[in-house]
Amino acid sequence: MFHIYCPHCAEYREEEEFHASGQAHIARPKDPDTCTDKEWGEYLFFRKNPRGLHRELWIHTAGCRKFFNIVRNTQTYEVKDVYKVGQKSSCDPVPNLKQPVGAVL
Amino acid sequence: MQQYSGFGLLKHSLSHHENWQQTWRNPTPKKQYDVIIIGGGGHGLATAYYLAKEFGITNVAVIEKGYLGGGNTARNTTIVRSGYLWDESSLLYEHSLKMWEGLSQELNYNVMFSQRGVLNLGHTLGDMRDMQRRVNANRLNGIDCEMLDLQQVKELVPHLNCSDNARYPVMGASWQGRAGVARHDAVAWGYARGADARGVDLIQQTEVLDLIIEDGTIIGVKTDRHGDIKANRVGCVVAGNSSVLAKKAGFDLPIESHPLQALVSEPIKPILDTVVMSNHVHGYISQSDKGDLVIGAGIDGYIGYGQRGSYPTIEHTVQAIMELFPIFSRVRMNRQWGGVVDTCPDACPIISKTPIKNLFFNCGWGTGGFKATPGSGHVFASSLATGEMHKLAKPFSMFRFHNGALIDEHGAAGVAH
Repeated sequence: MFHIYCPHCAEYREEEEFHASGQAHIARPKDPDTCTDKEWGEYLFFRKNPRGLHRELWIHTAGCRKFFNIVRNTQTYEVKDVYKVGQKSSCDPVPNLKQPVGAVL
Repeated sequence: MQQYSGFGLLKHSLSHHENWQQTWRNPTPKKQYDVIIIGGGGHGLATAYYLAKEFGITNVAVIEKGYLGGGNTARNTTIVRSGYLWDESSLLYEHSLKMWEGLSQELNYNVMFSQRGVLNLGHTLGDMRDMQRRVNANRLNGIDCEMLDLQQVKELVPHLNCSDNARYPVMGASWQGRAGVARHDAVAWGYARGADARGVDLIQQTEVLDLIIEDGTIIGVKTDRHGDIKANRVGCVVAGNSSVLAKKAGFDLPIESHPLQALVSEPIKPILDTVVMSNHVHGYISQSDKGDLVIGAGIDGYIGYGQRGSYPTIEHTVQAIMELFPIFSRVRMNRQWGGVVDTCPDACPIISKTPIKNLFFNCGWGTGGFKATPGSGHVFASSLATGEMHKLAKPFSMFRFHNGALIDEHGAAGVAH
């Protein structure tokens, strides 16, 4: 069990109150009609799956029901940073990742 | 290879069991192999075994970071069945189930495959319709599967709570009588022993640090303890760590690694002689030969490589089992553990060529790879031997996520996740 700080409620709550909604900052292709099948497939299905720090979108389902972003270590489950959608993360770029999360940030 | 038999046991008892042959060697790797398999779990070892036995390729190494069968092979709940919805997956799992049926004799190693049947409970009209559809689909593919009504379920599992007062009353079930459980460790060890006897090098305690790729073709792997090892073809069977290795090869996989956990109770007297699964209340349970109740359920919703699960998931799992079997309310849980499962968006595996020439991946088995061990190893060995994907493996290409030919097994397959 780990605790997550909800930036909207401004409180630490138990993990059970939240729901992980997968990778954060996935940019929808600007012009889907001109996407190749490969580009569209990668947008829909291909996700970063790092062993280490990962940016994720979470929702406080049993609380304020708002979405927010977290930076979490997928090996130790330590939460490094929590920030609202639209805000900038204080750990940026994500350290220890070979490739920066890059253009989609 | 020393054959195991009752007579052999008797013979060795005369010398106090001190002269048993070592089950497999612990060789120093050569500089060059025809095929390197990364990952010494059940699937990797089965691949090596069939490469040597069926395809005559014995210059093979299996490179394992820890010890043989120490990952998800050692952590699953050992359920074997083939009742999947779509033709592609049910044919693959049925191929595997047929191989299970003769596996102990084939390997001369008791994998304790027990065809005690698997029951999938239905608690809603929607469940019942889905199951009927799946049962019909299975029968069209020649797979034994049938629908049971409530009375039949009661007779089969007398201790199941079939009362109307349950929060989610049981309405019926689908039943595959040939399905069952097996001893997980024995499968890995049996394949390891068979592969080793045919000349395959099993290299343990050696981590693959990087893949050596030249001009878009893989030529070997870089290891921590034995330096560079060259190979003509490389098969990657590393389950939860597939994304990490794919990244080293320079491509992404549509896989997310999640913790999946299981738990066992203290041993109790025989009470449950089949496997009971329920999608709706979300849990599954069987009883091992030792007497432990083996219980599993869902994955944690977030990505995790920690090989441990979260407490809320344990709680939900135990709640589900209590709903089904109130009689187990005083049974104490003995151990709990987690594994890292590689889940695909369509809940089907990837057995595929990759953008790198001569590099093949076998991954994405998610929460149900154990049952596929023999079949997966067999079709992957065929693909590694010929360079062309086996016909049962073809639909499971990683490129299906580009062309849209997904095999959407989520939920529909009676998979408890």
